[in-house]
Amino acid sequence: MEPALSYAAYAAAIWLFLIGLYGVVKSRHLVNLCLSLTVVQSSTYVLLTIIGYRPGLPAPIFTDGLKPGSAAVDPIVQALMLTDVVVEATVVALLLAITIKVHRDAGTADPDKVDMMRG
Amino acid sequence: MQLAPLPVVVPLAVAAALAIIGKHLHRRIVDSISIATSAAVVIISITLTFQSANGAIVYWFGNWQPLAKSHFPIGICFAIDPIGAGLSSLAALLVLAAFTFSWSYFESVGALYHVLMLVFLAAMCGLALTGDLFNMFVWLEVMTAVGVALCGYKSEQSQSLQGALNFAVVNTIGAFLSLMGVALLYGATGSLNLAEVGRTLAAGHFSQGFVTVALLLVTAGFLVKSATFPFHFWLADAHAVAPTPVCILFSGVMVELGLYAIGRIYWVVFAQSAQPAPQTIRDVFLLMGSLTAVVGALYCFGQRHLKRLLAFSTISHVGIMLIAFSLLNPRALAGMALYLAGHGLIKAALFIGAGILLHRFGSLDEYDLQRSIAKRLAPIGVLMVLGAWGLAGLPPFATFFGEMRIDEIGSQQHLTWLPAITIFAEALTAAAVLRFTARVFFGVGRQGKSMVSAGAPHLHTDAETSGQHSRVPAFMWVPMAALIIGAALIAVPLRGPVETAAKHFESAPLYDAAVLRINAQTAAPRPYDRPFEAHGESEWWIPLLVALATLGAAAASLFPKSPRTAFARPIGAVLSKTVLELRRFQSGRVGDYVAWFAFGIAAYGSLLLLLH
Amino acid sequence: MRRSWRMLLFFAGAAGIVCLFTLAAEPISQPRDVRNRYATAIISETFSQRNITDAVSAVNFDFRGFDTVGEEFILFVSVLGSLVLLRMVEDRKGKVLRDALEPWRDVGPSDAIRLWILAMIAPKVTFGIYIVTHGQLTPGGGFQGGVILATAALILYLGEGFTVFRDVISHPATEIVEGAGALGFVVIGMLAWVWGQPFLTNVLPLGKAHELTSGGTMALISISTGLEVAAGFILLLYAFLQENLSPVEET
Repeated sequence: MEPALSYAAYAAAIWLFLIGLYGVVKSRHLVNLCLSLTVVQSSTYVLLTIIGYRPGLPAPIFTDGLKPGSAAVDPIVQALMLTDVVVEATVVALLLAITIKVHRDAGTADPDKVDMMRG
Repeated sequence: MQLAPLPVVVPLAVAAALAIIGKHLHRRIVDSISIATSAAVVIISITLTFQSANGAIVYWFGNWQPLAKSHFPIGICFAIDPIGAGLSSLAALLVLAAFTFSWSYFESVGALYHVLMLVFLAAMCGLALTGDLFNMFVWLEVMTAVGVALCGYKSEQSQSLQGALNFAVVNTIGAFLSLMGVALLYGATGSLNLAEVGRTLAAGHFSQGFVTVALLLVTAGFLVKSATFPFHFWLADAHAVAPTPVCILFSGVMVELGLYAIGRIYWVVFAQSAQPAPQTIRDVFLLMGSLTAVVGALYCFGQRHLKRLLAFSTISHVGIMLIAFSLLNPRALAGMALYLAGHGLIKAALFIGAGILLHRFGSLDEYDLQRSIAKRLAPIGVLMVLGAWGLAGLPPFATFFGEMRIDEIGSQQHLTWLPAITIFAEALTAAAVLRFTARVFFGVGRQGKSMVSAGAPHLHTDAETSGQHSRVPAFMWVPMAALIIGAALIAVPLRGPVETAAKHFESAPLYDAAVLRINAQTAAPRPYDRPFEAHGESEWWIPLLVALATLGAAAASLFPKSPRTAFARPIGAVLSKTVLELRRFQSGRVGDYVAWFAFGIAAYGSLLLLLH
Repeated sequence: MRRSWRMLLFFAGAAGIVCLFTLAAEPISQPRDVRNRYATAIISETFSQRNITDAVSAVNFDFRGFDTVGEEFILFVSVLGSLVLLRMVEDRKGKVLRDALEPWRDVGPSDAIRLWILAMIAPKVTFGIYIVTHGQLTPGGGFQGGVILATAALILYLGEGFTVFRDVISHPATEIVEGAGALGFVVIGMLAWVWGQPFLTNVLPLGKAHELTSGGTMALISISTGLEVAAGFILLLYAFLQENLSPVEET
């Protein structure tokens, strides 16, 4: 059961990464592009989660009878993930700000139609 | 007093303070505080460089030393060696130059610009000094976030927004792949400390495939940051639109930091495990570097917009530095460090030149400027020519000493074709700058469209200062001259120390011993034998050839109809055709760039696995 | 490049990336004991000295606190960056602005719904403060609590519209709080440095486990992060919401 679950989660991480990337490549609207990027990012959450997962162990919060020092799932990856979440929120904020401006200036939010940087 | 954390902490503290009170201060006070802060970081970083020459300085944040018995690291450390500290000095120096330059530039900025630049400085120093894999990712992301904000600073132009958009998307995806690499390495070794991860990888029996893929994934974000082919597209877009002081930092040090991180990760984490084989690493990175150098040079020569021209030249020079890394030799690495320092200073100076043009004439287009300028700026022109001289890797600039070492080691490894690549890249990029300078600053050459530049984008660049300016303020030309002179002066005194520093940089056992407090003998044995060690012959004919090719290419493009340049016409025709073909790929569409990213990762991954 | 070529390039790359990841599955397929080393070193050997109960917060604010400094400044610069991009700083100062969403306000939420929405603000603020201050004891901390605090401002907007939102939440004051939160983290870190200890060393008394005062500097860092995150997200709301405004001719 356990390895199968891990493999499935790993496959899900790769799938999320690629399907998100597909969305970015195929996107015809900048908001769609931003959301695709969050899909790409969620692959890192899945990967970090399975790396830190320990079968059958509780969360690393040592209250309610869980003795300090007893085994728990990995708290480090959870801290890393918190950083990851902040990174996502901020990148999306920046991109959405750009989207609003682009839409206002160029009258379109299609990334393929605002190509002034050609050559 | 412990200096180690200050290059990061001081700019961060000042940035936060300026965010609070900056609005109520006079612009000149904010300028002065920023200049003083970056000057302080220069001094601190240089002091750290000297201190660390006697042995790496290891600084554990939160006083979390490695565990006493197992030497297992539980905190984050700065592991400062002369190369990292030197790079942080370069970053601080360029930030100082950028702040000085923007004293009379950028008249409409508030304190936000200074805040963002200071956080950028802290992030660059953090990346250069840290000894922790995840911490590298954090500073990489800070650099991206600040970079995007600064790149879109002139957000009233939709061009600048698009440059910022391409920058943000491509860099973020690269960083995610790096994070996945970090997660996999953590899953395999149970540590995030560079030294500990490297030791565990060397001691454990991991499959060839895993280690190779982990190497590629972890470095992916840094390959994007350093604008390696085919991940380089975003860089030109971002440079063309970013304000000049920001370009100074992007080209002068941010891109190079990507290379530094690749080098650091390879030497500390992967070199000891000898997987993938050094030979494979050399071949793949050599290919990467050569492609980047050639493609960048071709694009560069075809540009008529100065900032874009310089951006492509940066890509080309990154290619040369990547070649230097790929030779996996301390002498070549010393060459790379010299080249990096020289290139950073010269490129910063050239971008200041671009800023001066923009300040005086409100344009960066070669033909527009040639037509419209009545009074030439000869002294600035001379500085630009000196910059082109430095880009060509000619004495007395640091790039010359760097290139000599790279070519020397290349010939020792029987890479007889290597000089052809470096000559091609250096001559074309230098010739492009020379051509631009001759036309714009000295009014030389035919007017109108040339073959190569036909069909170039008509990028309009808004002036960054308001009103008419008839003089070039000292705050602009003094840093430019100082940077050019510095690029020449640092060369000779740096040659010796850089060699020692490079040897230490490539020695993972020494690094492990310093960071984890273990004896160098008990550090994991080093199965990796270095196949290329002895010194070779200097190749004195190379700079001569570069100089001739530069002059030839510049002359041929300035006087296409003259009978004296008839010799270059067939070459010119081939070149311009190639450039026109290549230009179709620089489409400005982020979807294309991401498709190239996926393809590039897959292609280099397969090469790393198959070339065995 | 034609879109069909782009997709072809992408699919070739995607196929390659699948192969690469398949080869890199080693940590998944053969979990080794070494993987647990970091977690074990923290949970069983050192964590108990800190007198706190949430190991994730301990990693965030103490063991790997330096990462969190970077993380906080990512947020800090992104907020400032969004303000710069949306040009909210100087533009349109002193002009009368109208919310583009205002017209539907006439038929918008009824008074009952408005009352209900506004009644949620006080519990939300309380809950946010609770999460920020109890980071070292229970799941939560500055980041999570800060976001909850910021949603209180969002609710104010939903109930009352932008004009009231702007009147209640002073923009300059929010900017000051954001900067103060970021500065606070660095200053707390420097406390130790002044005493000759490494940056971010936990120099304050660690208190007793299960109490609000436990964890030394961790609680303070959590609070300053909470301030920064809350103010940052409110500023983002501000910047994005004012995009709906258009200047009106004064009549």
